Amino acid sequence: MYQRERERERERDYREEMARSTGKDAQALFHSLRSAYAATPTTLKIIDLYMGFAVFTALIQVVYMAIVGSFPFNSFLSGVLSCVGTAILAVCLRIQVNKDNKEFKDLPPERAFADFVLCNLVLHLVIMNFLG
Amino acid sequence: MAAAAKAGEATLRHAFGNVLSFFILLLIGVLAFSIRLFSVIKYESVIHEFDPYFNYRVTQFLTKNGIYDFWNWFDDRTWYPLGRVIGGTVYPGLTLTAGTIWWLLNSLNIPLSVETVCVFTAPIFSAFASWATYLLTKEVKGAGAGLTAAALLAMVPSYISRSVAGSYDNEAVAIFALIITFYLYIKTLNTGSLFYATLNAIAYFYMVCSWGGYTFIINLIPMHVLLCIVTGRYSSRLYIAYAPLVVLGTLLAALVPVVGFNAVMTSEHFASFLVFIILHVVALVYYIKGILSPKMFKVAVTLVVSVGLVVCCAVIAILVALVASSPTKGWSGRSLSLLDPTYASKYIPIIASVSEHQPPTWPSYFMDINVLAFLVPAGIIACFLPLSDASSFVVLYIVTSVYFSGVMVRLMLVFAPAACIMSGIALSQAFDVFTRSIKFQLLRILGFSEADAGDGSSANVVPENDAVKVDKSEETIKERPSRKNKKKEKEQMEKAQAEKTSAKSKTEKRLLVLPMELSVIGLLLLVFMGAFYVVHCVWAAAEAYSAPSIVLTSYTHEGLHVFDDFREAYAWLRHNTEVDDKVASWWDYGYQTTAMANRTVIVDNNTWNNTHIATVGTAMSSPEKAAWEIFNSLDVKYVLVVFGGLVGYPSDDINKFLWMVRIGGGVFPHIKEPDYLRDGQYRIDSQATPTMLNCLMYKLSYYRFVETDGKGFDRVRRTEIGKKYFKLTHFEEVFTTHHWMVRIYKLKPSKNRIRGKMKKSKSRTSTPSSKRSGSRKKNPWQ
Repeated sequence: MYQRERERERERDYREEMARSTGKDAQALFHSLRSAYAATPTTLKIIDLYMGFAVFTALIQVVYMAIVGSFPFNSFLSGVLSCVGTAILAVCLRIQVNKDNKEFKDLPPERAFADFVLCNLVLHLVIMNFLG
Repeated sequence: MAAAAKAGEATLRHAFGNVLSFFILLLIGVLAFSIRLFSVIKYESVIHEFDPYFNYRVTQFLTKNGIYDFWNWFDDRTWYPLGRVIGGTVYPGLTLTAGTIWWLLNSLNIPLSVETVCVFTAPIFSAFASWATYLLTKEVKGAGAGLTAAALLAMVPSYISRSVAGSYDNEAVAIFALIITFYLYIKTLNTGSLFYATLNAIAYFYMVCSWGGYTFIINLIPMHVLLCIVTGRYSSRLYIAYAPLVVLGTLLAALVPVVGFNAVMTSEHFASFLVFIILHVVALVYYIKGILSPKMFKVAVTLVVSVGLVVCCAVIAILVALVASSPTKGWSGRSLSLLDPTYASKYIPIIASVSEHQPPTWPSYFMDINVLAFLVPAGIIACFLPLSDASSFVVLYIVTSVYFSGVMVRLMLVFAPAACIMSGIALSQAFDVFTRSIKFQLLRILGFSEADAGDGSSANVVPENDAVKVDKSEETIKERPSRKNKKKEKEQMEKAQAEKTSAKSKTEKRLLVLPMELSVIGLLLLVFMGAFYVVHCVWAAAEAYSAPSIVLTSYTHEGLHVFDDFREAYAWLRHNTEVDDKVASWWDYGYQTTAMANRTVIVDNNTWNNTHIATVGTAMSSPEKAAWEIFNSLDVKYVLVVFGGLVGYPSDDINKFLWMVRIGGGVFPHIKEPDYLRDGQYRIDSQATPTMLNCLMYKLSYYRFVETDGKGFDRVRRTEIGKKYFKLTHFEEVFTTHHWMVRIYKLKPSKNRIRGKMKKSKSRTSTPSSKRSGSRKKNPWQ
């Protein structure tokens, strides 16, 4: 009996150690991620903020649909897809404007922004038609 | 000065090349248009077959009533008494395109009729399709391959068969939309520009509007993205090419009423969403890898994998449960029959009975793509040297389209552009090698030093030998002496190479050079092969694929004999019946009847309601009285039957009769197919079963047939008919066309007086009714 208690204690200690090491790893990971992200230029951070806002809005809409039901399904679809669409277009803009990206180094950022605006225009035209 | 002169020369050559390409493309467009005009020259400018008549009728409605009425149109002239919601069940791309062209031309005061615009839409769009093929192949391999592929597509018989002048069907514009969507996708992939991604989504929208085959695109592109990710070719251009297409494309597809919410709910689209999620995961991984140090990245991977695996399993379990709960696993019947070719014959006899849905035979491959069948494997190999994103896409396209063309004859049409692209690449590479060899050998013969030979250095490369060997597969006789030649040259070259490798830089390209005579002969043989291809295509277009099937011709010793019976019958219906009369026939003729005769029909080629078709099939298979009852319950006035026994027309209703029995028997179990067969054989002569000899189809086809030649010899079945002398009790013949090909019968009204047994029961029932009539007001109209 005493032996079994000792075994259980040893197991608990082992698990605590593992948790602590993974916890330490996770903390170290978050630190390095945060420091690396802080080094990105402000323009890109603004685009990331816009992207986060769009995804957050999409999540709110999904939660609302889960609560209330999806009756005008086309409205739900167009709402969610417009948020997802603007997020994706923001990512595309970020890819094209990022100076670290060697593939796009001779693309002027004005052209990237103009493409972004055009694509958003088409997207929102379709959304407004489909919203019903 | 020399450098400036050389640059000037280069721009001049470029300009000359561009002008030449422009004129070649113009000629290719004219060729594509004119090769499809044989039916207009041989017969007349008329719409062919069955489906185009429906599209023509819809286009007429659109041009007469405008687009809002078209979107909201409920058609009560077909599928009586159910009707059909046209706005929600038709792919509007073709009709809107033709309607726009008609409106544009009429606003410019060019008064073309709707029929002319409809007839010539297909050739115009085939010219556009060949230009689109040029653009697509140029993105993959270069302008030379593009021009060759465009020239091949302009003439390929498989595409001609569905886009002759008069074949006003969805594929006429859909193939153009398909190629241009692929071109814009490859262009976006190559340039990474969001502008082309937008255009790609709009082209995909046009494809969804035009044809149900758009599911091929929305499954092929995700497959290609997955292939790129798996082979390690992920780049940010791939993200820009795919992610906006999925979001915009799904929205645009949901806009088309036919597709609607199927764009997010059917299994055909799930692949695109799955790959969308996978792409985002991969993009995130690459991003994090870029900003973290390698050690931290490993930690991140272990953490994410352990957590993510649990979440993934949960999501997959939910998805599988959702999909498995529907009996067809979320796929539509037609798509399922593509994946499992035996599905349709087991469960959906209507899809199995359409002749276009049968698997093709081997000769049809050689008939439809001819010489390209040999060039396609060479093209596939040429795509691998070097392999780029675009060439891997084209390889994937051809592999999948070969599989689908093997399942259904109709999908040979999707295989044709892929075959043309591959053959264009192969031919262009072969011409490249030959002309380069000739140029190099000429320069050497004329005594120029090797330094002046430009950028083509002279060393044989072993892997490219194989490519050339495959290209020249038809020159086996010439190859044996030439192989010895090549081996000797190779040894000489390798010795020279060993001396020169130290001097030459390693980045110089090593190109293949062949002996002079070989190149000249090879060039000539390739030109001959091209000539055979052209001759075959023109023959196929003129003889095999230009028949309008509404007008038939045959050559007798007196010359050309024209059978115009179908239009004769429809014109008779149009002029000799009331506007509201209903006509019953087998579903093949529904579209033509509504378009040309302008009468309401019971069933037509849309075949969306199996029970309704089975009702008509049962009526055709029952004896006269039962058939009269069924038709009377559907308010039918006239019955139309196609009969080819007098002239030998093989696609008549008696030959289709067993399908009527099968489809009717599938819904009404009292119709059993063995009742109509004698010892498992289908016959209509004296050995036929009594059920067969008494059914409505037999009687309506062979009524008074014995009066034509005294013996009743059926030229299609090649026997004398079984029952020769009989009268019709519930139908009367009102019209038979000149060659007895279409026969129209009218339902006799029920008799006013009924003699015999019924009189007694009438006297019994009359007393209680007279009591009731005393209390009720008397109806003066009865």
